[in-house]
Amino acid sequence: MEPIDLELEEGELELPSEPMHLNMGPSHPAMHGTVRIVLELSGENIMKADVQIGYLHRGFEKMCERGTWAQVFPYADRLNYVSPMLNNVGYALAVEKMAGLVVPDRCQWYRMILGELARISDHLTCTGAMAMELGAITPFLWWIKGRELVWDILEEETGARLTHSFGRIGGMAKPPTTQLKDLIRNGVPTILHLLEEGEKLLLKNRIFIDRLENVGVISGADAKALGWTGPCLRASGVAYDIRKSHPYLKYDEVDFDVPIGARGDTMDRFLVRLAEIRQSARILLQCVERMPDDGPVNCDDPRFVLPEKMDVYTTIEGTIQHFKLIMEGAKVPAGECYSYTEGGNGELGFYLVSDGSGTPHRVRIRPPCFPIVGGLEQLITNRMLSDIVPTFGSLNMIGGECDH
Amino acid sequence: MSKLVLEKLAAKLGDKLRETHSHFGDDTALVAPDAWHEAAQLLRDDPALDFDLFVDLCAVDYPSRAEGRFEVVLHLYSTTKRHRVRLKTRVGDEEGNGADLDTLTDVWSGANWFERETFDMMGVVFRGHPDLRRILMYPEFEGHPLRKDYAANHTQPLVPYRTEEDAGTILEKVAPFGTDEGMAFGRKWFERGPTS
Repeated sequence: MEPIDLELEEGELELPSEPMHLNMGPSHPAMHGTVRIVLELSGENIMKADVQIGYLHRGFEKMCERGTWAQVFPYADRLNYVSPMLNNVGYALAVEKMAGLVVPDRCQWYRMILGELARISDHLTCTGAMAMELGAITPFLWWIKGRELVWDILEEETGARLTHSFGRIGGMAKPPTTQLKDLIRNGVPTILHLLEEGEKLLLKNRIFIDRLENVGVISGADAKALGWTGPCLRASGVAYDIRKSHPYLKYDEVDFDVPIGARGDTMDRFLVRLAEIRQSARILLQCVERMPDDGPVNCDDPRFVLPEKMDVYTTIEGTIQHFKLIMEGAKVPAGECYSYTEGGNGELGFYLVSDGSGTPHRVRIRPPCFPIVGGLEQLITNRMLSDIVPTFGSLNMIGGECDH
Repeated sequence: MSKLVLEKLAAKLGDKLRETHSHFGDDTALVAPDAWHEAAQLLRDDPALDFDLFVDLCAVDYPSRAEGRFEVVLHLYSTTKRHRVRLKTRVGDEEGNGADLDTLTDVWSGANWFERETFDMMGVVFRGHPDLRRILMYPEFEGHPLRKDYAANHTQPLVPYRTEEDAGTILEKVAPFGTDEGMAFGRKWFERGPTS
């Protein structure tokens, strides 16, 4: 056969050089949560990226200014809906800081148990979803199975799988159930086993590793200036974990390590999250050993804590206390305070301003993934289009929290 | 809590530091608006302070104040010295005008989105910000939703609500909140009604 001689003009071979604009999201399988990235591409290279959030804005802060202090809990649930218990406890601790309350020991251990369960669920979801977006569906299914286990325990405790609304000012809604300790002792090894199985599939996979390593690198100093906290900051080598640096609840009494990464790339963020699940499991088992089986869960402070239902119906004091707390709300002392806890994604802060009435003057949430997503643009500019998916996945954006 | 941070600020800023307190154990410094950038720079660059982690920036609305209606609040942390500080300043008059402030994006890059959010929610303008757009609300949105005089039941739909003629039936549009809803004790701005 004779070769086809096309005799093309030189000019016709030139590729179009104008940058191409591409909208990624807000409805895109890899943009879990709702985020839109407007990209300017040259070939497959990203010249410019504009990350746009706000598609899930629900006016959390405005709504909080309309109810009582206690009515914020259901809203707090819906911020980070993968680990709502951490938000509940974070908000409760913030109000308690203003009110000068310290919850009983049993409640502190209980809050730690529920919080660590939520953290495990958060990390399993994030790492699993990230692997799934890169095409690895099996580890996702296994890790979601692990999350299911966590949610079963939380359902047993709180009655709800996702939005528990279980925190209260000065305690929790209910004392721990009798089977909690057994559920955790049985559940934790299963979760760790599932974690290991999923890990085996991924961490020896050349394709997976190549897509993660040296992608989305950020230095510790840059990450700090951006306001990154949590696993993403620790992956960049900054060992800042609020549970260790400024222990709250009983975190100073349990033994755990703070895993940190070396390079600050996507792989490190992935590995740090996996390591943190193991640390959370360690904390859980210690908490189970140390949580007393009986004793009060709520503070004994009628200004903030609702009375027993039996007292409400049988005594006049109980009725009045209940009425005042429900109708007027607990009166939190006037002033301002910033309280911070370690959420699933990093420092979850609540800045509260009270005018001394039963309604918050201002509830400001400092969502950990807001600054983290703010740094996304920096991570993906001058990278390839396909790097967005693992990079974005490793940041663990939670729409409800990021968009308030 | 160490008083070091507040003492350092007092020594450097002089009378531009309006007041300090440590309520609930949070060290707080209120500075004059023109010392905002200077104070932030000092907090980051002084080796004894070394505030390297940008934590939070937001604004609080105090509608009753004639001068300095908006309080812009900055939270910082130092990962090396392990201390925190809250830096505040007051801007804007009673109507919310003249609320502008120097940007901190050149001090901490993380200030970028937080300043956009504060602008979006409260209408505080940051001078010198590279890209001061709305971030949570859509560009067509009018007003600043977290201001106390923005009624919570006020809506601004991008697509107009269906009218009864269009639908051919009676529609009762229920706003997510009524003005009489919630705990309105001691809240005077409810009585003003929606601002539209």
